[in-house]
Amino acid sequence: MHPAPSVILFTSLSGLGFGLLAWLGLGLPAVTGWVAFVFYFIGYALAAGGLMISAFHLANPKNAIKSFSQWRSSWLSREAVMAVISLLVIAVHAIGTIFFSTRLPAIGALGTILALGTVFTTSMIYTQLKSVPRWNTPLTPILFQLWSLGGGGLLAGQFTAAAVLLTILGAVQVIAWKQGDAKGATGQSTIETATGLGRIGKTRLLEPPHTGENYLLKEMAFTVGRKHALKLRIIALICAVVLPVALIVAFPATHALALPVIALHIVGLLAARWLFFAEAAHVQRLYYGM
Amino acid sequence: MTTLPTSTEKKLGLAIDLDTCVGCHACVVSCKEWNTSNYGTPLSDEDAYGAEPHGTFLNRVHSFEAQPESGCSQTIHFPKSCLHCDDAPCVTVCPTGASYKRSEDGIVLVNEDDCMGCGLCAWACPYGARELDQLSGVMKKCTLCVDRIYNENIPEQDREPACVRSCPAGARHFGDFADPDSNVSKLVGERGGIDLMPEMGTKPVNKYLPPRLKDAPSEARLPETNKDAKGFLAWLDKALEAI
Repeated sequence: MHPAPSVILFTSLSGLGFGLLAWLGLGLPAVTGWVAFVFYFIGYALAAGGLMISAFHLANPKNAIKSFSQWRSSWLSREAVMAVISLLVIAVHAIGTIFFSTRLPAIGALGTILALGTVFTTSMIYTQLKSVPRWNTPLTPILFQLWSLGGGGLLAGQFTAAAVLLTILGAVQVIAWKQGDAKGATGQSTIETATGLGRIGKTRLLEPPHTGENYLLKEMAFTVGRKHALKLRIIALICAVVLPVALIVAFPATHALALPVIALHIVGLLAARWLFFAEAAHVQRLYYGM
Repeated sequence: MTTLPTSTEKKLGLAIDLDTCVGCHACVVSCKEWNTSNYGTPLSDEDAYGAEPHGTFLNRVHSFEAQPESGCSQTIHFPKSCLHCDDAPCVTVCPTGASYKRSEDGIVLVNEDDCMGCGLCAWACPYGARELDQLSGVMKKCTLCVDRIYNENIPEQDREPACVRSCPAGARHFGDFADPDSNVSKLVGERGGIDLMPEMGTKPVNKYLPPRLKDAPSEARLPETNKDAKGFLAWLDKALEAI
C-alpha cells in the first residue's frame, strides 16, 4: 500500500497523543496547574493535530464533515466520532486539574477508556480489510494499543510501565512481522483464484490492460523500498524499543532522559508505521501479475 | 446509510463469457465514452497526449495465459469492472454515506455529492474496481449504466450497459440474477459460471463463464507434413544425400 506521509503521521501522532491522554486520565502523573496544562497541551496537539493532518489525504475535503454520519457501519466514521467524544470528555478532566487542582477520577477513567477506544477504531480501519492480508489479523489492534500506551507512557513520564509495555510491544511486533511474512503477500488469494483460470492450469499475466500507470497501481501496488524492509525493521526495533528500554533500565528515575528516549521512540515508530503501509500488499495486484 | 440491504428485489449484473471475449477493448472505450459524459463528474485523463498518460476507467481488459499440464497454453482476455457484490465491503467502510447498494436492483453506486475522496472503499475492494478520479477528487466506479438501463429517452435496444451494447463478440450479457429464468441465470447454470476470489466472501453478483476445456488439446509443435517426399522432391532428396 502507498505509504502516504499524511496517513503515517496521522496514525503515529494521534496514537501517541491519545496514549498520553489515556495515562493522564488515570492521574499518571497526578499533575495540576501549569504542569498539567503542558501535559494536556502536548496530548491535544498530537491527537487533534494528527486528526487534522489526516484531512490532507482527502481528495475532496469539503465533505469531511459527513464522515461523522456512518458510525453504524464504518470504522472510519466511528473513529471520527470517538475522537471528538473522547477529546470532549477528557477536556472536562483537564479543566478540573489545570484550573481547579481537582481531579475527577470517574471522568478521567472514562476519558482513558474513550482514548484507547479511539485508537482501537483507528486500528480497525486497517484490520477489517480482507483485501490486505497483512493487516487482517487480531495482532493489528493489539499492536496499535501497545504503540499508543507504550509511547504515551514515555510522554507521561511513566518510564517503568512504559519499559514493560515497550518490551511486550517489541515481541508482538516481531510476531506480527513473522506472521505477515508467513501469510505471503496476497494470503490465500492467487492469480488462479482471482481469475478463476486455475481449472485450466498455471496462470500468468500476458498483457496488462494499459501500458501506463493508474490510480490502482500507485495506491495499492507500492513496491519501492521493500528491499530495505529488514534494515528498517531493525532500525524500528532498536529505536522504538531496545534503546529506550535500555536507557530506562540503566538510568532509572532520570528526567533528563525523557527527551532523547521520546525522540528515539518516535523515529522507531515512524519507521515501523512506514513499514506497516509499505509492506502491506493488496490482493488486486494479482490482476496486474504482481 | 452505508449498511447493506438484507436482500435486493433484483440482482442486476453481468455474465462475462471468457470463451468469447476477443480482447478488442471496445467495452473499455464505450464505457469511458458514456460515463465521462453522463453520471457524475467526467472520467478525467491526465497527460493524455504526453509521455505518461493515465486516467480513470471503470472497465479494463486484462489478458492472461493459462498453461494446462500438456499441450499449448490458452490466452484469455479478461474484462474487469465492478461486480456489484451482495456483500460489498466497499459500501460498509464508507464513512460519509456516499457509497450505497440499491435495495431495488442491487446496483452499487457512489453519491458524488457526499464523497470526501478518502479512498478507503477502493482499499476495501479486492478487485480493484474503484478508482479515485484525480481531477474531481471523488470515487468513480461502474454504475451498470444506471442512466441507460432505465432511460426511456433512448431506443429500447440501447437500454443495457454501454459495454454490453458495444461488445462485437457478444461476450457480455446483462440481466437479473435473482430471476432463475433470466438469460444470465441460464448462462451461468449451463456454463458453470464462477465468482472471482470467492475466498474474500464478497458474494459477487457478476459471474464469469470460464473458458470451455478443449476436447482435443493442441500440441505445441505442428506435425511434420513433408517427411515422405514423393516424385521430383524425393529424387532431389536422394541426389543431394548421395553427393
